[in-house]
Amino acid sequence: MALPPYASPMEKVWFWFFRIFCGLILLFLITPVLVIIPLSFSSSSFLTYPLPGFSLRWYAAIFDTSGPWMSSLKNSLIVAPLATLLAMTFGTLAAVGLNRADFPGKGLIIALLISPMVVPLVIVAVGMYFFFAQVGLLNSYAGLVLAHTVLGVPFVVITVNATLQGFDFNQVRAGASLGANPLRVFFTIILPQIVPGVVSGGLFAFATSFDEVVVALFIASPTERTLPIQMFSGIRENISPAIAAMATILILLSTLLLVTMELLRRRSERLKGAAA
Amino acid sequence: MTTTIAASQPPSRPAGTLKAQLRRAERLRKWKAFGLVAPLALFLIVVFVMPIGSMLWRSVDNTELESVMPLTTAGLQQWDGTGLPDESTMAAFAAELRDSRQGGGLGRIGRRLNYEDTQYRSLLMRTLRGLPASLEADGDWTTTLIEIDEAWGETATWLGIQRAAPSTTDRYLLASVDFERGETGQIQRIAEGDRLYQAVFQRTLVIAGGVTLICLALGFPLAYLLATLPAKTSNLLMILVLLPFWTSLLVRTAAWIILLQSNGLVNQSLMATGVIDSPLQLVFNRIGVFFAMVHILLPFMVLPLYSVMKGISPSYQRAAVSLGAHPFAAFWQVYVPQTVSGIAAGTILVFIMALGYYITPALVGGPADQMVSYYVAYYTNSTNNWGMAAALGSILLVVTLMLYLVYHRLVNRKQMIRN
Repeated sequence: MALPPYASPMEKVWFWFFRIFCGLILLFLITPVLVIIPLSFSSSSFLTYPLPGFSLRWYAAIFDTSGPWMSSLKNSLIVAPLATLLAMTFGTLAAVGLNRADFPGKGLIIALLISPMVVPLVIVAVGMYFFFAQVGLLNSYAGLVLAHTVLGVPFVVITVNATLQGFDFNQVRAGASLGANPLRVFFTIILPQIVPGVVSGGLFAFATSFDEVVVALFIASPTERTLPIQMFSGIRENISPAIAAMATILILLSTLLLVTMELLRRRSERLKGAAA
Repeated sequence: MTTTIAASQPPSRPAGTLKAQLRRAERLRKWKAFGLVAPLALFLIVVFVMPIGSMLWRSVDNTELESVMPLTTAGLQQWDGTGLPDESTMAAFAAELRDSRQGGGLGRIGRRLNYEDTQYRSLLMRTLRGLPASLEADGDWTTTLIEIDEAWGETATWLGIQRAAPSTTDRYLLASVDFERGETGQIQRIAEGDRLYQAVFQRTLVIAGGVTLICLALGFPLAYLLATLPAKTSNLLMILVLLPFWTSLLVRTAAWIILLQSNGLVNQSLMATGVIDSPLQLVFNRIGVFFAMVHILLPFMVLPLYSVMKGISPSYQRAAVSLGAHPFAAFWQVYVPQTVSGIAAGTILVFIMALGYYITPALVGGPADQMVSYYVAYYTNSTNNWGMAAALGSILLVVTLMLYLVYHRLVNRKQMIRN
């Protein structure tokens, strides 16, 4: 959308106005993410600019192994991978099933599988709070893992389903006719082709669990306190540069996620391009 | 898989005609597909649908009194509401009140009856203390109760208990829209000073609607720019949209508190440029809520708009201009109509998500900026008034699901799941 050389002055003004406006929106989007990083290296305990001096004391504070940050990080690193694994397994199977054949009530089942994404989190949280209290899953790692599996599974279903769009199920028939059992067909024929979808769905599920506060606030006791809960109470009670330090680490993590997703996207685009 | 079964059958096997075999194979294929989906569907029904269903049930559940005082409630439901209930009901009441001390029943009915009138709990306590030690007294329970407390001689006292007796109630649902049932059961608005939830719902709609409109106003131009720039530049700029999108919600909320606080960067730069003399209050109020929520939800507007705009050929707009349309007219009349599906998808998506927001307003808003979700959480955790929590939650859920249905119609299901 370059400006043509014959553009009128009015068009020129509009062109630059539009670009500057969009530039400001992008600035609005990225500033909060960037502004918090330098503050984590501040030597003062106030979160203000200009920084009085450079210090790593806040990183020392959050990496203190007996402190609340490390124990909550540990909890998140227990819950998120397990929930991701469960969501990937259930979600991939279901997505393959949905693409395999039509069966009665399929529309309703699709709606069911997507619904955890739609229902407001606080309602999920209250519902699970009562339910887990009845079945003895309240204040347990198992309860938290199950809850986060529910929240992450729609992403896996959607991304795996998207990669299955171009999948030719005759390959499954071919494999079977050559004597492979269904399990072998899945692992040697289907899975290698849908792996980008499985992984990106898994990353979504992991990010969901790793950033989920509302449900965890309701169903976890201080023992299972996850990183987001620790962040939440930190922000609410006393927002210190330790939060900026943790935020910086999380931003690093989200950059990694972003890069991985981009690589996956490029890979699947290349595959599609090669096939076409 | 299914074809194997059909193909591997020995030809000698008398399995009916080819057509029947094909039908059977088809059916088997369907069952296998269903079998792959079933584990997840079952899991979600148990861990997700049923819990929410039972929460919804709590919005009409009224079994507190019935479970603790089955005979009294049965007797009261026979009573015509004039004078006093009959002696057998009185006797049942006295006996059941005495037994209610076991297993926390007293606390449950005390809390429930206090919703009718705040004097019941202490009245029950007083009565319990005054009850004679022996229940065998074949005496007159009506007189005994009235001797303990005069309130038991008033029709209104028993009417209150009668109102709490049925096993279901609409009081929570009515209360969550600021209505109640009057003395004679008619539905009426509650006293003006006690009204709260209509304002809460209104506030929720205003915040969600405002955030959606701002997201559209900012997201549309940005998506347009990204869709029309050369791929190399637009991919680079897309990072500025996607990095915040992938960044933790709590990190972004914390960042906005830091930016907007009275000695934060925004106030500092406004003061340095001389726009203001003293710092503005930008956080822990509505302004902060808008900044943080727009920031968090903007990518959800930009991404669907971008994907729709990416598929629009620039030729139409060029054709309109070459046919003499003013560039703005060409944009408005030719380009914008083609983006309607993206606008609808983004708008409803952002609105649905904004409706249920809890964390961000709780952290960057003041007491007057809390949305419905906050009250659901408050009634569950702080006051244990589960009926109110469930009623407010049900309304939020119904509104959200209806909007989602609209979204679903607009964004064709095929786009999400192949049929």
